[in-house]
Amino acid sequence: MLSAHGLTCVRGDRRLFVGLDLSVDAGEWLHVRGENGAGKTSLLRLLAGLSQPAEGEIRWCGQPIRDTDSTYRQNLLFFGHHGALKEDLTALENLAFAAAMDGVELQESNAMQALYRFGLKGREELPVRVLSAGQKRRVMLARLATRKAKLWVLDEPFTALDVKAVELLSVLISEHVAGGGMAVLTSHQTMPIPGGRVVQL
Amino acid sequence: MNAMLAIIRRDLLMVMRRKSEVLTALFFFVIVSSLFPLGIGPEPALLRKIAPGVLWVGALLATMLGLQRMFAADHADGTLEQMAISPTPLVLLVLGKIVAHWLVSGLPLVLMAPVLGIQFDLDTGALGVLMLALLLGTPLLSLIGAIGAALTLGVRGGGVLLSLLVLPLYVPALIFGAGAVESHIAGLGAGGHLSLLAAILVMAAFFAPWAATAALRIALE
Repeated sequence: MLSAHGLTCVRGDRRLFVGLDLSVDAGEWLHVRGENGAGKTSLLRLLAGLSQPAEGEIRWCGQPIRDTDSTYRQNLLFFGHHGALKEDLTALENLAFAAAMDGVELQESNAMQALYRFGLKGREELPVRVLSAGQKRRVMLARLATRKAKLWVLDEPFTALDVKAVELLSVLISEHVAGGGMAVLTSHQTMPIPGGRVVQL
Repeated sequence: MNAMLAIIRRDLLMVMRRKSEVLTALFFFVIVSSLFPLGIGPEPALLRKIAPGVLWVGALLATMLGLQRMFAADHADGTLEQMAISPTPLVLLVLGKIVAHWLVSGLPLVLMAPVLGIQFDLDTGALGVLMLALLLGTPLLSLIGAIGAALTLGVRGGGVLLSLLVLPLYVPALIFGAGAVESHIAGLGAGGHLSLLAAILVMAAFFAPWAATAALRIALE
């Protein structure tokens, strides 16, 4: 479904990777590994369509993502380093806004359910600013549970999570992949999720 | 379209949570415009003469205050990335941001201007023209400002650069906006100036969101 052909990424005058090929099909997930500065985040940003490769092409269902922009984006969920959370808004408002950006309707009950699942019961009406770093991260991840996107592109999703949340997230990704979804993620940990392949940068 | 309304609603909600932003710009406008009558003293003829220019320059500088934050917060917390990969075209979302900026920092100036105009001994007709000119002019300031805000995104010392970039582009709005009030006071009618201001507004409403979007995409690369 998602495939990249001969990707080359140049940052400044440094080549991060040259001629990279990869593909992910339904029910598979990719684990992008590499040292700090190897270009993991750059690769994920290319896949999300946030920047353009110096060479090569990324295809979604056989079509270059440049041409199928809108359909590709409807199927894509991207998590960057920053949480895209507004500190002054509550967890619930943040989820509702994220859903509006994704162009989907979000029932309040669904949002509540997702927040409960991530152990944020009783905190859904608090401004995100008063939550701890890990809890903010959990609010972000609750978005995964509310959005039916086929492809998840997650940059270091396990950062700042406690053991329980890591497990919860692993289960969420496993369910997603088992249900015919796809995921591309970076992490320094090894993850017990079946169907994974490693891309070493 | 829904996403655009969501952006406007969110930005207004955040301003309501943190009122200092809207109040700073408004009080800046009030104080700067009030300094002139206090400094010059009770000379109605002179005050009437400088009123349009002073009020317009005050409005110009007041809208500049919030301009740098237009995209900066969204850029810093990653919301801009999410906007860029939203299925809704980015240009519509940018337009939403511009509308929100105008509602927060332009509209209050329009509503406050007649009160300040009284300090300059403007009559009712002139106050009406002033409001109308600001109603056409302040959206123009937000539109042009958005291009500058997008271009200086992530640049160190962007605030000063932004002023240098945007203030010259504000000159047409200043000339026709203040000119409308002046020509009304002189008895020439404000129609011509207001039409030109409206024409520039229409043109900017069409082009500015595209230009700002292109600049944002460069900032995100």
